[in-house]
Amino acid sequence: MEKFDVVVIGGGVVGTAVLRSLSAYNAKILLLEKSSDVASGASRANSGIVHAGYDAEPGTKKAYFNVKGAAMFPALTKALGVPYRMVGSLVAAKEGGLPALQELKARGDANGVKTEIISREEILRLEPNIGPEITYALYAPEAGVVSPYKLTIAQADQAVVNGATIRLEEKVVALQKSKDGFILRTEKGEYTASYVINAAGAGASEVNALIGEYAPMETHGVGDYFILDSKEAGVVNTVVFPLPDEKGKGILVGPTADGNVILGPTSRKVPHERAEENEVTREGLDLVREGVKRLIPAVNLRSVIRVYAGTRTAVGSDFIIEQSARFPHYFMLLGICSPGLTSAPAIGEYVAAAAAEALGLTKKKEFLPLPARFHLNKSSDEEIKQKVAEDPAYGRIVCRCEKVTEGEILDAIRSPLPAHTVDAIKRRVRAGMGRCQGGFCRPRVMEILSRELNVPLSSVRMGDKGSEIAPYEVKEGYEKV
Amino acid sequence: MKKFDVVVIGGGPAGMAAALGAREKGATVAILERDTRLGGILNQCIHNGFGLHYFGEELTGPEYAKRFRDKVLADSGITVYLEAMVLSFNEQKVVRALSPTEGLLEIQAGAICLAMGCRERSAGAIGLLGTRPAGIYTAGMAQRLSNIDGYLVGKEVVILGSGDIGLIMARRMTSEGAKVKLVAEIMPFSSGLKRNIVQCLNDYNIPLRYSTTVTRVTGKQRLTGVYVAPVDEKMQPILEKEEYIPCDTLLLSVGLIPENDLLSGTGVQMAAVTSGAMVDEYRATSVPGVFSAGNVLHVHDLVDNVSEEAFVAGRAAADFAKGVLPCGDTVAVIPSDGVRYALPQRVHPGEGKVKLYFRVDKVYKGRTVVVTSGGKEIKRKKPLVMAPGEMQNIEIEKSLITGEIKIYTEE
Repeated sequence: MEKFDVVVIGGGVVGTAVLRSLSAYNAKILLLEKSSDVASGASRANSGIVHAGYDAEPGTKKAYFNVKGAAMFPALTKALGVPYRMVGSLVAAKEGGLPALQELKARGDANGVKTEIISREEILRLEPNIGPEITYALYAPEAGVVSPYKLTIAQADQAVVNGATIRLEEKVVALQKSKDGFILRTEKGEYTASYVINAAGAGASEVNALIGEYAPMETHGVGDYFILDSKEAGVVNTVVFPLPDEKGKGILVGPTADGNVILGPTSRKVPHERAEENEVTREGLDLVREGVKRLIPAVNLRSVIRVYAGTRTAVGSDFIIEQSARFPHYFMLLGICSPGLTSAPAIGEYVAAAAAEALGLTKKKEFLPLPARFHLNKSSDEEIKQKVAEDPAYGRIVCRCEKVTEGEILDAIRSPLPAHTVDAIKRRVRAGMGRCQGGFCRPRVMEILSRELNVPLSSVRMGDKGSEIAPYEVKEGYEKV
Repeated sequence: MKKFDVVVIGGGPAGMAAALGAREKGATVAILERDTRLGGILNQCIHNGFGLHYFGEELTGPEYAKRFRDKVLADSGITVYLEAMVLSFNEQKVVRALSPTEGLLEIQAGAICLAMGCRERSAGAIGLLGTRPAGIYTAGMAQRLSNIDGYLVGKEVVILGSGDIGLIMARRMTSEGAKVKLVAEIMPFSSGLKRNIVQCLNDYNIPLRYSTTVTRVTGKQRLTGVYVAPVDEKMQPILEKEEYIPCDTLLLSVGLIPENDLLSGTGVQMAAVTSGAMVDEYRATSVPGVFSAGNVLHVHDLVDNVSEEAFVAGRAAADFAKGVLPCGDTVAVIPSDGVRYALPQRVHPGEGKVKLYFRVDKVYKGRTVVVTSGGKEIKRKKPLVMAPGEMQNIEIEKSLITGEIKIYTEE
């Protein structure tokens, strides 16, 4: 039985934020993730918005962590090499929507968020393609966009660089209090921990139930999205929301941090057993089309390169971020829905500090940075020349749409938290995320994985167990060309 | 900086033929090919049926490619850069490429010939509904995995779309012991060749349903099945007639898109219908010195046509580089009444003949194709059958061109 000071359950953006912050302390720490990669739940497919913080009810945890988290993004993403842009956001209202905007602005003021109500003329300067019915908007210049999975992965990587352990494909199936801590059992092993942090996202209530903590009712939602070709990037500059309603922040149109355009999400309630469902529906896509038409009618839906659905889990109206009263060294993070991504870095610091205080942990002398990575499409000619001279793999383009080299893919495979599936590589370096959606590069990525992991191509997976891409060999008589 | 009269971007069938065409005119030529060998997608097309028109015999894809490759490699006037991906080119015709051996490569071209081929439409592009499991592939991806890598993607297969690669893969997977349960085509006709429907589906009793589409897919890690439904006249699925087919594989053969990403910002005028450049009979684009041929220009049905077209472009590119390409005013070629597009889109009046390639919008039996210029009929032709999946052509005398050319069908 391996012993750890702190075990974090769940490798989403929140769990890895906690792990990263914890890795700055002198402690033996472990993160357990049930899927084949971190960022496999809600952190994988969401809008990727760094919310300014006007939306959350003043005085709530959502408001506190949103505002605190948003302020951390510029420096954090720079240090981690994660795509982030402070593009600003608009809540666009039609005639008659002014009172609702004023209400939002008042909330923003109470939360200490810079916002401004602007006229159609001013909107047009920011968004020349805004819909004809839009007359006013609440402009929040400090809202931004980030790649949610890249942030999650980079947080995990930096934690590993600083000594944290991450175990993938280990779902916690038993959790109990022991004399001096906790015993955790997964499908693969058993661990002891002095402190346990439940950041299991859609599974957090279930994890609570394992130990006998209260397991609140969760509401699970699914949202459908479109991603447009990067050639459409100019159609929208800021993140444009409609007025929020009881269902949430509504269907937005915005740029992604990686240079595409995102449309969505819808908000469909699903029962708990379908909490991790990622089914895209006809009704959902129709709703997105409708919503988008009102905001930015110029959006070209013929340039869609991907449709997908993301999940989110809420518990009541606010985040549950608290140390258990029954089990003093057990920390619960439940219902971290929007603005969870924005809040994650601040939640990470807060929870790590709570664990450190409880265990009397001291900070390490040095918190190691994440080494910078080479990305062809972000490099100057000089950098490219030098890199290819060092290693020709950086001159071999594998993903032609996104211009990703073999060298970058090898870096992903050899990361602190190694990528060992096609999807894990896709999320790290964007191979397969372009307009051909892996039509050309997927077999090549599979070949590289097969070679590097020294496994037959037939066992190369897209993601989790059972997702082998080409599971059978062709008949005998085949010779390698 | 290295200099060549003609720089050919892409070393597939179009690129190789363009290079050889340019060599006929004595030009120095560079081919920039992103793969590890010349031949392009032909290398994974191990079935036969290539070269019937061009060589008068039936070859496999690799054999067809080899005939050109051998000529290219034997020609000391052609420099081949492999694993060289072109990143951009500019108005001065400086081509920038990246390769593992050369690093960042800049080449001054006298003329550029685009021969980048096409890509397959993806599940995302058609907005495929349902879950996102493994088991969904474009037909060409599955073809590469089986024919280059030696691995089969699945055992129980549904194919959406009846493009040629899908039809070929239906037969290929059947021969590997897989069961192809259905080919569903949303249109009331196939976009593939008649001979492929006969030889790849009918001969193996594989059902093909027209006006039918896949409405959604199921499965968490691996595909477990697809729903199919007939569509109405507006292409909308009739959901009451949805039917579930258990399967572990969905192949998509739903269209090919010319890979013209390099052209964004170059000023090359594009044609909406073909997604390729607008060209004249020399395959010259609207930017002087930039030529286009093969599937990057418009999606072809037969590689033989690709080769023929690319020879034209290659010769013209060499002439341009030497300053001897005929220029002057052109007249537009306007398709209508059943002709979906015609290529070239512009023609120079003058001497000699020019072949107009065109595709029709649905299956026509015994319908006449008419070409007029300046309001006067200059050619007519009555093929037995014309289908959207098969490219047609009609040759006209350039001396008869007196004004705008119209090409259309009539009863």
